[in-house]
Amino acid sequence: MAHLLLASGWEATFFAASAPTSAVREYLIQFAYLAASVLFILGLRGLTAPDKARRGMQLAAIGMAVAVIGTLLHHEILTYTWILVGLVVGSAIGAAISIWMPMTAIPQRTAISHAFGALAATLVGIEHYEHLRHLGGAIGGIELAALGFEVLFGSLTITGSLMAFGKLQGLIPSAPVTYKLQNEINIGLFAFAVVLFFAIVFGASDSGWHAAAFYAMVGVGLAVGVLLVLPIGGADMPVVISLLNSYAGLAASATGFALHNNVLIIAGALDGASGFLLSILMSKAMNRSFTNVLFGAFGAVPEGVAAAIGSEQKTVKAVSVEDAAIQLAYARDVIVVPGFGMAVAQAQHQVRELAEQIEKHGGEVKYAIHPVAGRMPGHMNVLLAEANVPYDRLFEMDEINGEFPRADVALVIGANDVVNPAARNDPSSPIHGMPILNADQAKSIIVLKRSMNPGFSQIENELFYDPKCSLLFGDAKSSLSQLVTAIKGL
Amino acid sequence: MDLTAILQLYVFVLAGFVGFQIITKVPALLHTPLMSATNAISGISLVGSLVAAGADRGPVSVTLGLIAVTAATINVVGGFMITDRMLKMFKRDSRPGPLSVSQNGSPKQLEQRS
Repeated sequence: MAHLLLASGWEATFFAASAPTSAVREYLIQFAYLAASVLFILGLRGLTAPDKARRGMQLAAIGMAVAVIGTLLHHEILTYTWILVGLVVGSAIGAAISIWMPMTAIPQRTAISHAFGALAATLVGIEHYEHLRHLGGAIGGIELAALGFEVLFGSLTITGSLMAFGKLQGLIPSAPVTYKLQNEINIGLFAFAVVLFFAIVFGASDSGWHAAAFYAMVGVGLAVGVLLVLPIGGADMPVVISLLNSYAGLAASATGFALHNNVLIIAGALDGASGFLLSILMSKAMNRSFTNVLFGAFGAVPEGVAAAIGSEQKTVKAVSVEDAAIQLAYARDVIVVPGFGMAVAQAQHQVRELAEQIEKHGGEVKYAIHPVAGRMPGHMNVLLAEANVPYDRLFEMDEINGEFPRADVALVIGANDVVNPAARNDPSSPIHGMPILNADQAKSIIVLKRSMNPGFSQIENELFYDPKCSLLFGDAKSSLSQLVTAIKGL
Repeated sequence: MDLTAILQLYVFVLAGFVGFQIITKVPALLHTPLMSATNAISGISLVGSLVAAGADRGPVSVTLGLIAVTAATINVVGGFMITDRMLKMFKRDSRPGPLSVSQNGSPKQLEQRS
């Protein structure tokens, strides 16, 4: 009995002394956030080397767990039911997607995932805004600015990412859509967003129109997201995905400013910096500026080029599977140039089988990866790694370009613009100045190609008319399997 | 401007610099895992959603919070799992010796396998 009394007495004092405990809680939360921030940075640092990367990401995941557990101590949290429901449902969906999704769909998954992250940030912003209004009194200008940024970046990332997802998944035509006054409309919307922003920051936050301006901001963001991605073609997706990655981070950072939460600010800033840097790298790899990618509607066929194709009749050299097999079997140096076509055909496993056969015959196979090959940065590397190609066989453009003149065969699989010599030679070409893989300098070139249709950017590729170049028509996957069988039979 | 905002700005700018410095060192090889990793990390909005979902500020708040928690969790769990799945696949060449050796050894290998 005395024991029980003692226990309840202790509990009573524990809960009565809420002031010191809430301070202790607050310290615990803040230390959890600090630890999480450090773990995120260490985790990203792990990605600088392939053999440390997994370990690094585990650290980052631990960091996330620490941040979540820390937050659960928050004194404002009273019921855990809905939190638990959300965590369980979200984990189940997230895990299901990541277990069953094929690696070729990574760009789509990344795009839709940006939409989810941005949705969370936007909803948190709206909830926080309503909460502050409900509390009454004037809301600070800085908080309003943060909330304005949060819902603007958040909402434009939601629709932008959904659009990118639709284009990558083939739900909407991935060709760029252009219409009259496109840039004018975009600039108008942007100006409207700026006006709304000032209205939100400097207006009286308890008035009815303030809420109207706030939700109009959400609406503008959603519209901008759609219009931003609409005119962007599939080949420019690496830039757009990187940019949306950056925006998702900025939305998280803005959430941090609004909630006075440093771990949100830090994680968002890391993400924002990463996405921004990647989009710069991708733009550079296409020799285009940001503004050009966003407002240029690149894939819209330049009329002069289309006309030029029609007027000139050049011939290409088709090659049979048997001849190509002989050429590859007796080659000593083979450089494989994979492109988006390989991903579409899901041919990465056949590529590796073919490489094994070539190596059995004494050849050496390397892979030349252009920075914008595929639909997101690094896309080809992941696919080839999935097919068990060791990563030390994968070479970046600058590393391998000098080796093409020594290569017996450059095997181009579903790549087009990234090997188009017009980028070097033809100042009138839309891709002129874009750094390319020097496949044309190899002693011979074999191109696996579905048909003679020009590639995604609709630009004619003069490599195909090179006398050293032969084309093997057909689906990349079946062509490669046939090549493997043919070489085995030699 | 109050001091908190200034400090937050410091945190933001410095974290951005750290991010920039680290990410410039990430090789192009790992750009896809990098993006899905930063994507998972930006699911940190989860932290904000948790408070909204649990603070009992009325049904609207709870609904918004619940959706936000779910969406952010998909982002976090999916992001980290897919990143790990990708990184697991990156392997160094395990074959013994440099490739030039196999030029002589290849007929033997062929016999063994066929």
